[in-house]
Amino acid sequence: MSKTKETLCLTFPPEVSGQPVVCNLVRINDLDFNILKARISPKQEGQMTLEIIGDRKQCRAGMRYLKELGVKITPVAQKIQRIEDSCVHCGLCTALCPTKALRMDLNSREVLFLREKCSACGLCTSLCPVRAMVLETENGIWEAIAEGA
Amino acid sequence: MNKPKMVKKTIREINDRISKGQAVVLTAREMIDAVKSMGKVVAAREVDVVTTGTFSPMCSSGLLFNMGQPEPPLIKASKVWLNDVPAYGGLAAVDAFLGATEPSEDDPLNKVYPGRFNYGGGHVIEDLLKGEKVHLRALGYGTDCYPRRTMERDYALEDFRSAELLNPRNAYQNYNCAVNFSDKLIYTYMGPLKPRCANANYATSGALSPLFNDPFFRTIGLGTKIFLGGGIGWVIGAGTQHNPKPLRTERGLPLTPSGTLMVKGDLKGMQSRYLRGVSFLGYGCSLSVGIGVPIPILDEEMAWFTGVSDGDIMIPVVDYGHDYPNGVARNHGHVSYADLRSGAIRVGERETATVPLTSYTLSLEIAQTLKQWIESGTFTLGEAQEHIFSE
Ligand code: SF4
Ligand code: SF4
Repeated sequence: MSKTKETLCLTFPPEVSGQPVVCNLVRINDLDFNILKARISPKQEGQMTLEIIGDRKQCRAGMRYLKELGVKITPVAQKIQRIEDSCVHCGLCTALCPTKALRMDLNSREVLFLREKCSACGLCTSLCPVRAMVLETENGIWEAIAEGA
Repeated sequence: MNKPKMVKKTIREINDRISKGQAVVLTAREMIDAVKSMGKVVAAREVDVVTTGTFSPMCSSGLLFNMGQPEPPLIKASKVWLNDVPAYGGLAAVDAFLGATEPSEDDPLNKVYPGRFNYGGGHVIEDLLKGEKVHLRALGYGTDCYPRRTMERDYALEDFRSAELLNPRNAYQNYNCAVNFSDKLIYTYMGPLKPRCANANYATSGALSPLFNDPFFRTIGLGTKIFLGGGIGWVIGAGTQHNPKPLRTERGLPLTPSGTLMVKGDLKGMQSRYLRGVSFLGYGCSLSVGIGVPIPILDEEMAWFTGVSDGDIMIPVVDYGHDYPNGVARNHGHVSYADLRSGAIRVGERETATVPLTSYTLSLEIAQTLKQWIESGTFTLGEAQEHIFSE
């Protein structure tokens, strides 16, 4: 059976922050996973960007499991933002951007960020040397500076 | 170089015109067309100063500071940290030097590869310019004259007795275009390089770059006054690794990384817009530095040099997958800076996407800002007291 990959932005309420949710999630539903980003806020809320890999049914069951625990799921699309004041238009991020959402305008020599093309893969958040590319959630911006996985 | 000149001006004459608000100043970009349309002799008569600019990561940069003595007893601070980034304390009692590439002490470095290097010396410098306080920690070993052993205090930039940006090597004249012929992705100080030469990363601001506009350092030396980090700085000599005798094109432009500058300036007059802490994935921390050098147009030869265009500049293509780390002195030919700017170059058989590291927009902004300073009469030229050897 073919596998799908879902990237999820998860927000854990304080009461589940301490539990081995991800561990159970993948064990019960037989999923592979990849933690792209994780952090616990000062309010004890956990936030995580998680990739789950498995067949479609398992992925859906996994998401149901999370919802039952009170974990909020937001699809990851359109979650990458550029802090415009911070970007120096060097162009380095264009090296790895897989969708060409980040591209150099050859006339103005400015780097364009075409948000609608962005797949929120997150590569640019660790690549941008001045950390102008950030992951944004309902709780505000996740500093790329918060440790990655 | 030794033909008699038809135009002859001195820096003193140019400064007189600047003070009177009469100097004609062009950016290096504007000078290209000026020389093309007027010819070098007329351009030399008409134009007094050409301004250049670059904004790029420059690892050999740092901050020389004096923290002042704390409440008695006094200290000889031999180990010093700013926001947990170690500074070098092997100087007089409360002097220390913070290097731009020093990571914070608890950084995991490349243990989790590729490391992120979130915070280092360059970031401390930027934070100070943003008006933030940094936490200073110092240890002394205790002497009869300096009995204190520890000191801890928060410092804003103005709290330092002195804070001097002191950069041993900046503004490289030409730089490699980096590619990777190996079959795995690598992370370098030139950014990430995909396997099998899938991208080519390059630095320098091309025709705007200071040392391409005066390739033999005729006007640049100790005492040249410059735009540094948004404030005033000075060239204090050749930078480390300065190569005075590179191979050159017919125009005199070096074909390899060659000339460099050592510069300094008072950090208290600088701006965070032009000094940015940077983190290179898998490589380390650094500081992006904004530098603009004014070039006095003393004669038609200087007009000709400053008329340099992107098509004249030839950049060597170097393999960072194998050759560079192993010290193999070889390149895969040269490409022009104009080719690099076009978005793709040919390396051997394949077409390769080009990726810049130097901000062109900020480089141009620096050249334009310096032009305004000179036009308004607030910035006059410094006369080099000792020249930097280059031939
Ligand atoms: S790497 Fe960062 S600073 Fe450079 S152009 Fe991309 S977003 Fe802007
Ligand atoms: S998140 Fe990925 S796709 Fe989106 S801009 Fe960054 S590198 Fe490109």
